[in-house]
Amino acid sequence: MLAALGLDDVDQLFQPIPPDLRAPADLDLPRPHAEQEVATELGRLAARNRHMDELTCFLGAGVYDHYVPAAVWYLAGRGEFATSYTPYQPEMSQGVLQALFEYQTLISELTGLEVSNASLYDGASAVAEAATMAVAATRRSELLVSGAVAPRVRELLDTYSQGLDIKLVEVGALDGHTDLEEARGKAGDQTAGLLLAQPNFLGVVEDVAAAARVAHDAGAKLLVSFDPLSAGLLEPPGRLGADIVVGEGQALGNHPNFGGPAFGFLACGPADVRRLPGRLVGETVDTAGKRGYVLTLQAREQHIRREKATSNICTNQTLNAIAAAVYLSWLGPAGLEELGRLCLRLAHYAAERLAAIPGVSLAFPGQPFVKEFVVRLPADPAEVCRRLVGHGLLAGLPLAGLAPGLADGLLVAVTERRTKADVDRLAEAMAAVLADLGAGGEGRGGEGAGRGDGEVAP
Amino acid sequence: MTGAATHGGGVPVEAVPWAAGTPGGAPERLVFERSSPGRRASTMPDPGELPDVPPEDVLPAWARRTAPVRLPEVSERDLVRHYTRLAHRNYAVDLGFYPLGSCTMKYNPKVAEVAAALPGFARLHPAQPAEQVQGALELLARLEHALCELTGLAAATFQPAAGAHGELTGLLIIRAHHEAHNDPRRRVVIPDAAHGTNPASVRLAGFEVTTVASSPEGLVDLDSLEAALGEDVAAFMITNPNTLGLFERNIARVAELVHGVGGQLYYDGANFNAILGKARPGDMGFDVVHLNLHKTFATPHGGGGPGAGPLVVAEHLADYLPAPVVVRDGPGGSGGTQGGPPEETRYRWDHDRPRSIGRVHGWNGNFGILVRAFAYLLANGGDGLRSVAERAVLNANYLLHRLEPTYQLGYPSRPVMHEFVLSARRQKGQGARGLDIAKGLIDRGFHPPTVYFPLIVEEALMVEPTETESVETLDAFADAMLEIAAQAEADPHPLHRAPVTAPVGRLDEARAARTLVARWHPPAEPDQAGSDPADQGPADKPTT
Repeated sequence: MLAALGLDDVDQLFQPIPPDLRAPADLDLPRPHAEQEVATELGRLAARNRHMDELTCFLGAGVYDHYVPAAVWYLAGRGEFATSYTPYQPEMSQGVLQALFEYQTLISELTGLEVSNASLYDGASAVAEAATMAVAATRRSELLVSGAVAPRVRELLDTYSQGLDIKLVEVGALDGHTDLEEARGKAGDQTAGLLLAQPNFLGVVEDVAAAARVAHDAGAKLLVSFDPLSAGLLEPPGRLGADIVVGEGQALGNHPNFGGPAFGFLACGPADVRRLPGRLVGETVDTAGKRGYVLTLQAREQHIRREKATSNICTNQTLNAIAAAVYLSWLGPAGLEELGRLCLRLAHYAAERLAAIPGVSLAFPGQPFVKEFVVRLPADPAEVCRRLVGHGLLAGLPLAGLAPGLADGLLVAVTERRTKADVDRLAEAMAAVLADLGAGGEGRGGEGAGRGDGEVAP
Repeated sequence: MTGAATHGGGVPVEAVPWAAGTPGGAPERLVFERSSPGRRASTMPDPGELPDVPPEDVLPAWARRTAPVRLPEVSERDLVRHYTRLAHRNYAVDLGFYPLGSCTMKYNPKVAEVAAALPGFARLHPAQPAEQVQGALELLARLEHALCELTGLAAATFQPAAGAHGELTGLLIIRAHHEAHNDPRRRVVIPDAAHGTNPASVRLAGFEVTTVASSPEGLVDLDSLEAALGEDVAAFMITNPNTLGLFERNIARVAELVHGVGGQLYYDGANFNAILGKARPGDMGFDVVHLNLHKTFATPHGGGGPGAGPLVVAEHLADYLPAPVVVRDGPGGSGGTQGGPPEETRYRWDHDRPRSIGRVHGWNGNFGILVRAFAYLLANGGDGLRSVAERAVLNANYLLHRLEPTYQLGYPSRPVMHEFVLSARRQKGQGARGLDIAKGLIDRGFHPPTVYFPLIVEEALMVEPTETESVETLDAFADAMLEIAAQAEADPHPLHRAPVTAPVGRLDEARAARTLVARWHPPAEPDQAGSDPADQGPADKPTT
């Protein structure tokens, strides 16, 4: 090739780079490795992690240990999907486009809203995109944010709001759920939207229809961050009045992956379609009238509209969305319902077992929950969790610093991958650990347990 | 000099024709249309002795589902056949050449896939305490070190999930930097050849966009830049090499001008493949760099994602990075010239970052993509990465040499770096537009180049061969392009009908936009999405 170009040395092609801008030769980079050495080193690093096959997982908080069926990544991992580009040339990309069209239909079914886009980065950034939509749709600038939305999501909203004309107004949580009276009091003619999570960060099921009335009475949009797998039990928020439904899609056939890649979803009604961020697949026909799929309404997007685009998103999480389509098709309507019921049974059994340990109590007794709940412990939850690792257990998420008044709180998630025996083991080990800490049997407020009043969520 | 071997029928072995009668040619119903009541693939564990908890006993009526969720009812066999058939209807790097300019569709090594699927990575919960995830944190710390070495900058965040996400993060950091100096600024300057994400990210970060024209040689016009700069300019964003594939040789002067008014210089890493290990943005004066690991570090594109868009910044901006960041207690080392980190080194998350802009991702970014990128880094090493840049640039110049003068170069400067932009204006005069050439390539077994981008080149065809393609593939592609040009000259009409061998013919994009059908509905249920008579689905939209 060099000869064809009349060159002696490939470096001649780098002549446009001024000599004083050439990189030093002694960069501190690894030496080249044979494939076998790469595999060995990555294997060594992986072995330095204690993963969820070694530790029985009751940790959730947005990322859940749901079972990933064999067919999901067998199919989604195929090279034709995994190594393809964004389907801008639709005639060569009908596989990805049709899978995304199916994904959009499935998300529409789960959320109860007509139009889903083709995925976003994650559940947290999907919330920020929904907030931007609500501001644009209402031409108002305030967003009421429930204090029972995950702190990570609120933190991300805060980051995004630095560049956008959005003022975030927090609405407190009362007995584990969003204080809708406070929301009503704070809603006004500048309120673009009310945001809550279903179920919320504390595991409690929110009254979405009541929240919709509060938002709509103020002329604002209701934004709901929804756990899509709870749709087997809970009414889709879109059918209860939510205007934009978003969420984290990890539970739908994606491995936890230390937080990513999974995907975010966003669905809205027909009225908001022009403001939808990101890619959207639509059905059409070819020159012979044959059905086919294309990326559509691209006039919303950055590569056409540039600074007037509805969002800056380009690369999304297509492959994870395809995995979700495979997963939901695997699950089917009966599987979705059975999965929901199984999680419900396990979670309620776990709540009962843990609350029976002396000194341990449910944080929000009487509040409805489906797979996640908060218990108060008579000892520092972080220390209890540390000790339970010795029993092979990831017991949950200590809430100190994450939820006001819950410094003694532990957020526990129970998926269908847990068994009754796992739950029994958690309860027995926790009782033993608390006894060791001298905290069992003496009621709440033993050594190391702060009630955390004045503790502020980040 | 073509020398490409051919199949019996005269099709080059490097092309991937959609032969009529292959499985990909047959239509495939939607998964919903394969549904049959009562059929299922899923199985659920036996709840055993668990007490029954009827939903109606523990969930109030206002919360409970009232109508079935209409998921498809298919067996596992149906499911596997359906998605396998869909896979057959899709082109991919694993099948053939993807000369998409600006997208860097290189081959994706498989050892990276195996590594990312290890339970020690895939089955890690992001909220696990640092002491349980030392391997993951070590990987992040070593990858950060390597990216800092390659960019000539000081610190990185891995939260951004894609390039545009990195852009937004970088611009928010620049915003925070100016505000911390009581010097809030209003504008960000970008060249007219910039990717669409640049202006969109600028708006999201709360700035206004000022566009500067390119010079006749296709570089930043220094006079226009100087005129556009002022005390209210927060930053200048640019790729280098730029979107025409040309190295901005005046970059040091550009940096001087931008820094002279107190602005920051932002490097869009979409084209970093051209200069890997050969030149460093930090040495050119850049303050902020985002990299696209799904381009430069060979992680698969996944049909449009997931990617990873880590952001690397100079020392004076490190405090603003999204929290938390990985820190090391004990000696480091990348495994490079200074050796690897010793066993006793420990890693942890630092959340105490008072000047941080805050989170941009719910957790730690697309970690699984970072594992793949780290595998690529190890496999190539420093020497290998330099050779990646060299082969990418050589391949681009060779392919340009084969295609010129049949196709005209958009801007006359050369040598080009990793990509080049042709103009099909001659072929347009003969009756074949850029889009027709693109569709003609599909029938010849190749994915088309990026078309109609950058916007400053008429009938643009943007070609990036990458370093992973062989000379045989480049020759076969060049032959196909030349054959199309000959066809355009002789009789362009067959190109208007292309593609004729793909699973579907040319699709009516205007109809899709006019009458939006964004989901399947059971028969007899009306579609509710509405329509947009104003949106005609422009035929000449850019496709990067």
